[in-house]
Amino acid sequence: MEALLVHPDPPPAAISQTLEQAGYPWKAAAGAHAATAMEPEDGWSGAVVCADAGLDEAFALCRALRKRDLPLEPLLLVVAGDQLENLELREDLFDDFCLSPPQSAEIAARLKHLFWRTGRGTRPELVEYGPLVLNLETYQAAVGGHPLDLTYMEYELLKFLATHPGKVFSRETLLSRVWGYEYYGGARTVDVHVRRLRAKLGNEQEHLIQTVRSVGYRFGQSRWSI
Amino acid sequence: MNVQSEGMEWLPMACQTGSVERQQDYVLRTVEERGVRFIQIWFTDVLGIPKAFNITPAELENALEEGMTFDGSSIDGFSRVQESDVLARPDATTFQILPAKAGVAPVARVFADVTNLDGTPFEGCPRQVLRRVLERAHDKGYSFYAAPELEYFYFATDTSVPQPLDNGSYFELTVSDKAASLRRSTVLTLEEMGIPVEYSQHEDAPSQHEIDLRYTDALTMADTVMTARLMVKELAQESGVTATFMPKPLAGVQGSGMHTHFSLFEGDVNAFHDPGDEHALSKVAKGFIAGVLRHAREITAVTNQWVNSYKRLVPGYEAPIYVSWARNNRSALVRVPLAKRGRADSSRFEYRAPDPACNPYLAFAVVLAAGLKGIEEGYELPPEADANLYDMTPQERMAENIPSLPGSLAEALVEMERSELVADALGEHVFEWFLRNKRAEWTDYKLQVTPFELKRYLTL
Repeated sequence: MEALLVHPDPPPAAISQTLEQAGYPWKAAAGAHAATAMEPEDGWSGAVVCADAGLDEAFALCRALRKRDLPLEPLLLVVAGDQLENLELREDLFDDFCLSPPQSAEIAARLKHLFWRTGRGTRPELVEYGPLVLNLETYQAAVGGHPLDLTYMEYELLKFLATHPGKVFSRETLLSRVWGYEYYGGARTVDVHVRRLRAKLGNEQEHLIQTVRSVGYRFGQSRWSI
Repeated sequence: MNVQSEGMEWLPMACQTGSVERQQDYVLRTVEERGVRFIQIWFTDVLGIPKAFNITPAELENALEEGMTFDGSSIDGFSRVQESDVLARPDATTFQILPAKAGVAPVARVFADVTNLDGTPFEGCPRQVLRRVLERAHDKGYSFYAAPELEYFYFATDTSVPQPLDNGSYFELTVSDKAASLRRSTVLTLEEMGIPVEYSQHEDAPSQHEIDLRYTDALTMADTVMTARLMVKELAQESGVTATFMPKPLAGVQGSGMHTHFSLFEGDVNAFHDPGDEHALSKVAKGFIAGVLRHAREITAVTNQWVNSYKRLVPGYEAPIYVSWARNNRSALVRVPLAKRGRADSSRFEYRAPDPACNPYLAFAVVLAAGLKGIEEGYELPPEADANLYDMTPQERMAENIPSLPGSLAEALVEMERSELVADALGEHVFEWFLRNKRAEWTDYKLQVTPFELKRYLTL
């Protein structure tokens, strides 16, 4: 699945966390220009535009995305309660909306429904990397057909890494993206969980999660090797 | 959020990240997908004996949301005067499928916190005791890490006296092979369960083995110790061998200890490290170690809780006896290994008193409480012991102000009873019950006439 376009940059934590948890890849763009510049080869899979930072900006972006030859859809708009009246006569600019501050469960449910209705790019169910397969729908992971018995956080960490192969993440980033902002266990927790994951992956696959000295961790091959 | 109204405040880590429903969903879904037939709810009594009951997948959702009621009066240390029912609240983050056995449907386990029916933490639950002290550390910005080294023996099963597997037996080669391969398969099983093992080596005594667990936060580590002890024993049993964590099963050879490395982190930073100090120890580290030393005699009844524990703490077998610290002197109670160059985060100290038959939740709780007290009160770290403490005369030790650990359970209980620190760390309920139970154990022991006495005194 290609990435979802998310506005503004950076997006509210509730939105980015929801997307991470639901397994949607995403990139944040500040405006129409960035949205075009960063667009994946096969196009954005959809957009979540939040009007928190400014209603006019948000509508300008929506308009730009909809004016394309192939209008971008689905487009989920997030607005505050007192902005609702501004939606009138702009119905063509979005496919659905929800209220700010956004509720995780609501965003996830609306996105799921939108993707189902537009009939394209439904939620990615399988993430595959070499012999590793993750089924995001059922929370199951397997190596070479053998199921891995993961705890919840081990699964979440593996999912995050496997959906961003080749990228190096610092412990702090992993902590905030996987565990969430309120977590206070300390960045050591990341090391502990990586070690447990490697132990479960076993000798032959433990190299999937590589330590990048004094930076953090990377899943799979570096983009620059081979 | 519908889980644990009061207890919620104590949940460190992931439980608070607003995704409790998702964790539960993960557990329920995994049970369904993997065809798990039974889920074992694990908890621990006050003496550190594992307890469990099984529930079916149909009961699981309700158990996760509301907990399972059970009668606590049959559990050591759980009984109360008025209300005997308590609630087991599974901690979804600890859900783990147990290693598969051929031809048997998968079984999973999940650790539970025990609460009162109104959701408040139950005072008798060791996991809650540790949570409470960890929360105190957290209030000061610290997370507490532990890495224990578990020593244990393998013995032949069908003998009444412990029979080492590899002690000059006629079949020495094949039999000791068995012990080594057993330990190997145990380590592999632990790794499969996500318990990384640092070293596993054959210890000095015949048939003695050691498994070193890699550090993690103290609550997870206490759970891990419970899991590891159970797996070691279970796998041994499957091979027709007995594994024991008894502190001193054989007279005349070393006993089994649980030397534990402790460290304190402030966010990402090791709070024990100070590159400017001559020992690379921070003020926090010195306060902590001083606290542990000063209160060592009071907490020994908890870290070494059995009559037999004190037969390990004797001179001549590398067990600590004297309350002192040193960098490279293994006879000291606290050893401070040199932090590796450029590895600031490896600063830690090793507490060498505990034995592997302790209750790890309570043992970690009292060590942390003693350390925090040392930091709060700014205790002065006594000078490092450099001489071999065993070679000193009692007078010399007295002159240097080096006390000994309690010599018996009875002596340890006297120390504990006087300790406000231990009462505070364990809470009134566990403190009272523990003292009562242990005094009874001591009385039972005193009633025995031992073979030693018969051999020695019968001719009198």
